[in-house]
Amino acid sequence: MNDRRRPRLAVWKFASCDGCQLSLLDCEDELLALAGAIEIANFPEASSLVLDGPYDLSLVEGSVTTAHDAERILKIREQSKFLVTIGACATAGGIQALRNFADVNDFIAAVYASPQYISTLATSTPISAHIPVDYELRGCPIDKGQLIEVISAYLAGRKPSIAAHSVCVECKQRGTVCVMVQGTPCLGPVTHAGCGALCPSFRRGCYGCFGPMETPNTAALAREWQALGASQRDIVRAFRTFNAAAEPFRKESLAHGD
Amino acid sequence: MATKSILVDLLARVEGEGALDLEITDGRVASATLRIFEPPRFFEAFLRGRGFAELPDIVARICGICPVAYQMGAVHAIENAFGARVEGQLRALRRLLYCGEWIESHALHVVMLHAPDFLGFPDGIRMAQDHGEAVRNGLALKKAGNDLMRAIGGREIHPVNVKAGGFHRLPTRGELAPVAEHLTRGREIAVGTLRWVAGFPFPDLEQDYEFVALRHPDEYPLNEGRLVSNRGIDIDIADYESEFEERHVAHSTALHSLVKRRGAYLVGPLARYALNFDRLPPTVQALAREAGLGPVCRNPFKSIIVRALELVYACEEALRLIAAYDPPQQASVPIEPRASTGFGCTEAPRGICWQRYDFQQDGTIERARIVPPTSQNQPSIEADLAAVAATVLDQPDDIIRGICEQSIRNHDPCISCSTHFLKLNVRRT
Repeated sequence: MNDRRRPRLAVWKFASCDGCQLSLLDCEDELLALAGAIEIANFPEASSLVLDGPYDLSLVEGSVTTAHDAERILKIREQSKFLVTIGACATAGGIQALRNFADVNDFIAAVYASPQYISTLATSTPISAHIPVDYELRGCPIDKGQLIEVISAYLAGRKPSIAAHSVCVECKQRGTVCVMVQGTPCLGPVTHAGCGALCPSFRRGCYGCFGPMETPNTAALAREWQALGASQRDIVRAFRTFNAAAEPFRKESLAHGD
Repeated sequence: MATKSILVDLLARVEGEGALDLEITDGRVASATLRIFEPPRFFEAFLRGRGFAELPDIVARICGICPVAYQMGAVHAIENAFGARVEGQLRALRRLLYCGEWIESHALHVVMLHAPDFLGFPDGIRMAQDHGEAVRNGLALKKAGNDLMRAIGGREIHPVNVKAGGFHRLPTRGELAPVAEHLTRGREIAVGTLRWVAGFPFPDLEQDYEFVALRHPDEYPLNEGRLVSNRGIDIDIADYESEFEERHVAHSTALHSLVKRRGAYLVGPLARYALNFDRLPPTVQALAREAGLGPVCRNPFKSIIVRALELVYACEEALRLIAAYDPPQQASVPIEPRASTGFGCTEAPRGICWQRYDFQQDGTIERARIVPPTSQNQPSIEADLAAVAATVLDQPDDIIRGICEQSIRNHDPCISCSTHFLKLNVRRT
């Protein structure tokens, strides 16, 4: 173990809340062992020590919202052998992609007194819109168990074992009674698994923080929501949160409003 | 005129990205400017037109380290606007959840982010090589806070259980029992951590702060209280805008919050402690004295001691609330929207987080204003930096840079509080 060079890890931040990189520090039981298996070479949220690249594994949090960041991600790709996006911002543009449905100048004027000082792009885009990405981990925030799985799989040279089915399957697995059957609108049928069907276990509908599953039937779900009394505006809002710019959610929201 | 500029780029161990410009002219500090590189995310803009029920989940995403602070301010503002009262065990359960956030955030800050500065390590993980027990204990304490967040909120980051009027589902006593065991051990660790950090070497620096914090008739403040200061402010949270203002400072980085009549002020552990020492239980007061703290602490470096003391308090308070927990009949009280304005202000781990929302008749948000702790502390942090730098001007740049970084981490500006931060072009002089 000590004979070979430990792979080098870098953690990068773009527009985000820091929650996904915090997930790494939230691995309280695994953190010190992890640091023994992989060298934490560049993680400014956690360490003042920054080692130069190249890096074996880069974890990228956040979305691209500035011209400077659009340049920066290119350089990070050059320095990274294997690059994983962590979370809804990096994978789908995040909540800040709500600007994509509006005029960003209106947004700037609503928040800042001197708009001329603000340098920002009109859209918030996922990392994959700028560079090739080797793996995308979903969630707002990511699940720390899945993060450990992705890092472990990388160290073992295998594919991560991350289920691609919907939240519905997770409800069945944990024995949670379907909340839609009880009259509560839920995004579970079209949402990527990973949270363990958390919201239905708290007697509320899934709000889609892991983003769309593969080939989701969002139109059918929207009809079910309407049958439960949801308005067009409710449906637009539901698809426009933390993964608003993910294509299936974006398209379905546009089918019900501007 | 000899001008020397020291740039500290990409300040490490502060959430987000910041930078500091320090200008030294003729042997004195001419200016200390903290620049923030956080790209704006426009929460206050995209909240317009959303429904009140969506608020707690959306504002959580302002900060992954203190999501509960934003959720609590939002639900209090909604209830304030719509005339609802959340009391008894539901209120206690919110306080309990907030204790979990204080514990995980303070433990992370004290042990993993701040202690390494005092002991000469680049981070908590590398510090573990020489201080293994302290780091493992700190992680266990942090985990106890996260266990509490998970038991009530479903997960540590962006918990899913908070709603206007209360909770989606109440935890059972059985779900809280194992957490109480971890917190009992957590309290012991917190006391040990307090004694450990009290022995660190501290620079001799006292700052003349105007402290601002919540003050409650009976409690150390978390969710509710009046806004008070040590210079005479004593107002309802709804009057915040008459006493405080945010200035868009030219060539600066963030909106700077100021007391209109006076200027800079400080929020966070030092302010809470100074204004509420008499609200701490006698056991915690005794520990404060043992750690060498008077009822007021003006040395920003000693904020690590106050934070450790608040860790002890949060563990004790959480244990008290769990012992008294008796699940109420309903998980939430009914909320009927109306056209109105509501205010919320709570004590985030880093200081007061103030929110105001104007709602339409059906509960749609017309206007939102969110003032995070970090933008409030910006001017005081810059004053600290000027004072700290003045004491080490004859030292090499690396030493100056190190102590400036450390003094920013005294307050831990949660720079991801992106509601207000600007990205400006870097000015290098």
